[in-house]
Amino acid sequence: MKLFKNELLIEYFEDKLAVVGLFVFTLLCIFALAPAIFSPQNPYDLAQLFLENSFQGPNQNFLLGTDEQGRDILSAIMYGLRVSLYVGLASTILSVIIGFSLGLISGYYGGWVDTIIMRIADIQLSFPAILIALIIMALWGAGIGKIIIAITIVNWVYYARTARGVVLSEKEKDYAQSAKALGMRNFAIIFREIMPNVTAPIIVIATVRIANAIILEATLSFLGLGVPITEPSLGSLIANGYQVLFSGYWWTSVFPGIILMVLIISINLIGDRTRDIMNPRLKR
Amino acid sequence: MTKYILNRLFHSTLVMFTISFIVFFIMFKAGDPVELMLPPDATQQDVVEMRAALGLDKSFIVQYQKFLSNVAEGNLGNSFIYGQPALDIVFERLPATMELAVIAMIVSILLGIPLGIISSIKPNSILSRIIMFFSLAGISVPVFWTGMILVLIFSVILGVLPSSGRGEVYLFTSAFTWDGIKHLIMPVITLSVFQLALILRLTRTGMMEVLMQDYIKLASAKGVPRKVIVYYHALKNTLIPLITVIGIQFGQLVAFTIVTETIFAWPGTGKLIIDSIQNLDRPIVVAYLLVISFIFVAINFIVDVLYTFIDPRVRV
Repeated sequence: MKLFKNELLIEYFEDKLAVVGLFVFTLLCIFALAPAIFSPQNPYDLAQLFLENSFQGPNQNFLLGTDEQGRDILSAIMYGLRVSLYVGLASTILSVIIGFSLGLISGYYGGWVDTIIMRIADIQLSFPAILIALIIMALWGAGIGKIIIAITIVNWVYYARTARGVVLSEKEKDYAQSAKALGMRNFAIIFREIMPNVTAPIIVIATVRIANAIILEATLSFLGLGVPITEPSLGSLIANGYQVLFSGYWWTSVFPGIILMVLIISINLIGDRTRDIMNPRLKR
Repeated sequence: MTKYILNRLFHSTLVMFTISFIVFFIMFKAGDPVELMLPPDATQQDVVEMRAALGLDKSFIVQYQKFLSNVAEGNLGNSFIYGQPALDIVFERLPATMELAVIAMIVSILLGIPLGIISSIKPNSILSRIIMFFSLAGISVPVFWTGMILVLIFSVILGVLPSSGRGEVYLFTSAFTWDGIKHLIMPVITLSVFQLALILRLTRTGMMEVLMQDYIKLASAKGVPRKVIVYYHALKNTLIPLITVIGIQFGQLVAFTIVTETIFAWPGTGKLIIDSIQNLDRPIVVAYLLVISFIFVAINFIVDVLYTFIDPRVRV
């Protein structure tokens, strides 16, 4: 097993772009984990903001310029990155847990449990994710916890479907059948025997969908329906900057946007590589 | 076959019914708009009267029953804000939205499939790598960000393209006038970047998988020219699953017009829904969601039926 894992790792590092992606992602995570250490200013401590610094273009004091309150954009980006990553990761973990479990149960038991879960999934999938999330957020109002739940409600379906599909083919295989013949309880068969075989496709989907969750959050925040203004994410920073774009203060929105893009691209590079490694159909 | 279609039709109706209930329930829970609609100096008496006039004082069940019987008659109620039938307002704005979505879809298909084929034939060539990098950027860029950068470059800095509105409309679309086309360029690019990249990547992955199949090797061994293999045998089998994706993605496009229309002040349904959500204009929100979900359900239905005709393996 250990050798197997190392082989996958070595294979991962064979693709230079994927390595760059991993490196950039790690770097951004470090900034996001402890923005207080790296940022020149605490952007939400009003005592550190001076109005005479407002709307300065990029210069040596403020590398990426300032906004209308004299807030350093670089510092705001680091704190915003933290919120974006937190929402993306938390909602993905939650949706994996919920979707994975429901998919396993649905696929293994079949019958009416399966019908109900999959009908809900069908109805939900006939609706674009952004629309569902938008309506939930419109009714609930902005909030970090709320947006995590909204994204989870939208995203669990993808994991449930994948898990169910794999279980359907796995449960007929000899090992699952013999576990059953040996008198193992259903619960144990699902979570101890079948689950390890469903993990690989779920990991692949999850890496790709983290990026999706972050974009969804940013989009909702851009529309003013995401995180509260007191804890802005990259999306809300861009929205703030967009309001003064026509006055020529481009740095307030362009820089947070570039970081958001870099973040998403790095996650997608990692996701792409993971998928290529784990897809046996592409290996011959 | 008839049985299959009837079954799907029943399923679609059920979905529509469920959606109507959920939407109505959510909007019911969201509270009533009376306070927002009346002037600030309105008395309690005014509030009560207005609530009664709009039928908002009744219980949930009664309101939903009334709603359903109205729907059966094709009436989704009057907008609280505009006072006109909600369905009319949505239909009035639907052409502008569909125009954006349809043009963006056509652009994505016409560019995405050929680029996907090119990058699948020689996956390690420099051209393929460049295409793949840009497609990666394409699926990584949030829609609103593309729109914003386009506005910054072409409206704020260069001043060559208008940043808002639909321009001159001829017949039902602005694609027939020069002014309209100028207004269309940025919203269409904004909307199609993601779809284009997605279709490109799916085409590429599909082609690469198909090209490794045994029947392709057999065709090669038999001496079938490479071009025929790629553009006929492989492409045909790649396009089948793509049709489903394109169907689903069209729904996504319609949904993302909400973002695009907000950025470019495009007078379609996307902007309408954002305004109506903020104003708690329930009839409009319900009408919009029902119309949009009807479009989605119809597309899914058509795609499913189409699929059974194209792919003999799923024929019932």
